Amino acid sequence: MPNATPASLQDRLHRLWMHRLARPVLFVLCLLPLAHLAWGAATDALGPNPAEALIRRSGEWTLRLLCATLAVTPLREWTGWSALARWRRMLGLYTAFYACVHFLSYAWLDMGLEWADIAVDIAKRPFILVGALALLLLVPLAATSFGRAMRAMGGANWKALHRAVYAIALLALLHFFWMRAGKNDFALWTIYAAVLGVLLGWRVWRQMRSYLASVPRSTGAGVPPTAG
Amino acid sequence: MGHPFRSRVARGLDHPHPSEITPRAWAMGRRAWLRSVAAGALGPALAAWASRDALAQAKSGGPSGAPLTGARSGVAGAVTMERHTSRQDATSYNNFYEFGTDKADPARQAHALRTRPWTVAVDGEVKRAQVFDIETLLKLAPMEERIYRLRCVEGWSMVIPWVGWPLAELIRRVEPTGNAKFVEFHTLADSKTMPGISSRVLEWPYVEGLRMDEAQHPLTLLAFGMYGEVLPPQNGAPLRLVVPWKYGFKSGKSLVRIRFVEREPRTAWFKAAPQEYGFYSNVNPKVDHPRWSQANERRIGEDGLFAKKRPTLMFNGYEAQVGQLYAGMDLARHF
Repeated sequence: MPNATPASLQDRLHRLWMHRLARPVLFVLCLLPLAHLAWGAATDALGPNPAEALIRRSGEWTLRLLCATLAVTPLREWTGWSALARWRRMLGLYTAFYACVHFLSYAWLDMGLEWADIAVDIAKRPFILVGALALLLLVPLAATSFGRAMRAMGGANWKALHRAVYAIALLALLHFFWMRAGKNDFALWTIYAAVLGVLLGWRVWRQMRSYLASVPRSTGAGVPPTAG
Repeated sequence: MGHPFRSRVARGLDHPHPSEITPRAWAMGRRAWLRSVAAGALGPALAAWASRDALAQAKSGGPSGAPLTGARSGVAGAVTMERHTSRQDATSYNNFYEFGTDKADPARQAHALRTRPWTVAVDGEVKRAQVFDIETLLKLAPMEERIYRLRCVEGWSMVIPWVGWPLAELIRRVEPTGNAKFVEFHTLADSKTMPGISSRVLEWPYVEGLRMDEAQHPLTLLAFGMYGEVLPPQNGAPLRLVVPWKYGFKSGKSLVRIRFVEREPRTAWFKAAPQEYGFYSNVNPKVDHPRWSQANERRIGEDGLFAKKRPTLMFNGYEAQVGQLYAGMDLARHF
């Protein structure tokens, strides 16, 4: 919580996040990975197997944006930068966008848009099935990310639906784990698992804390303070 | 006339004329050239960045080795007329797990490999077991150039001009006994120079194997060079096996021991995942890997980003030469 002197670094940063250019800058920043990949594809700079490179890198950017999206709320609570809330939707939509780029790269570059082959491939390869499931779950979230949809659904329903992002995070992690399992190479996966573990674990911890805090009051039992 | 761009025309039975096979220098320069064009349109700053990038990529292929040439092989099926994969791609996109599991790892790490002194122990069920020095092996039989398709079990393929001689030449000289039914190939496992050895993805040393008739087949090559030069470390220097009708992992790199045995060898990939990697591992579009289809393959460096994959051929296109080795066998069971 901001409890320091008026012109603390935290306050100054908060004003920066509130700046009217902050959102357009973030919007462009999130497009840079796509631009970099497109430039690489156009100039044949993606290595010997450019299709594989595009599929893998777009997948990694999806994971990174998912981490960024899920980091917004904890970061907001830790720092008191309420302005960050305004970024969550954009980061979430970019996660869905890069997930689509990832899937389209696979469907087009790897499978030649042969939908019958794609269906067989998804059924045959569990790691792709899990990825497809995560993408499928992202669709309703992206579709109801706008203010009007939120109002139409009602806040409680909207919140309940958007909790699906936790399932998406776990599916995405499983997708990446299974993909790397072929070569027993989990170094990078461990990093993403740790980041998402902290972000999801923090939510569990917060939930448990508020639950435990509510118990003594509702039962009226004399619980010693150490129990909380 | 060859053209530095990737052809979207030549494929399947419509083979390019030999003179159309991309000259190595052109194939190597293609990326740098594309970059300079693209960068030139966007200004000198980008051009400088791009050329630095191009230089880095040229380096990743490793320095060119000493020349090693051979007369073009007259063996049936030994010289495909298909377009070569560029040396750059063939030396920077490798599976050589001793140097790491990423396909860019071997080109980055394999320079630590020491190829001299180097010996190959040939033993087991043979009358004349002996340890061959690499210099002896280089002179053991006349070098031949062979241009083979290489199909990786992962679903990509290349066309590589190898330099070497048939393994049958060596087998003949050591005189296998009647008990020799299979040949085992052991590759180097040196934890000091090979960082991948610390990973438990496979059991080291990497062991591969062939049936005796497969090992003696005229297409089975002991390769010492590629693209007219000695093998770069990342491609299995100083000598490796090349069995063109089997998935690439059957062709062991940096061999240190060749052993003749009576029982079917337990190969490294079989030990790691027996339900996925059988002893035979012949290229077969009709028998899928348990986790993916083997019907198609991506030819590295050809056809552009949006081109479809090409269909995989039975025995990687060597059915006429090797099909009879497997007559009467259920290839779905003996995968």
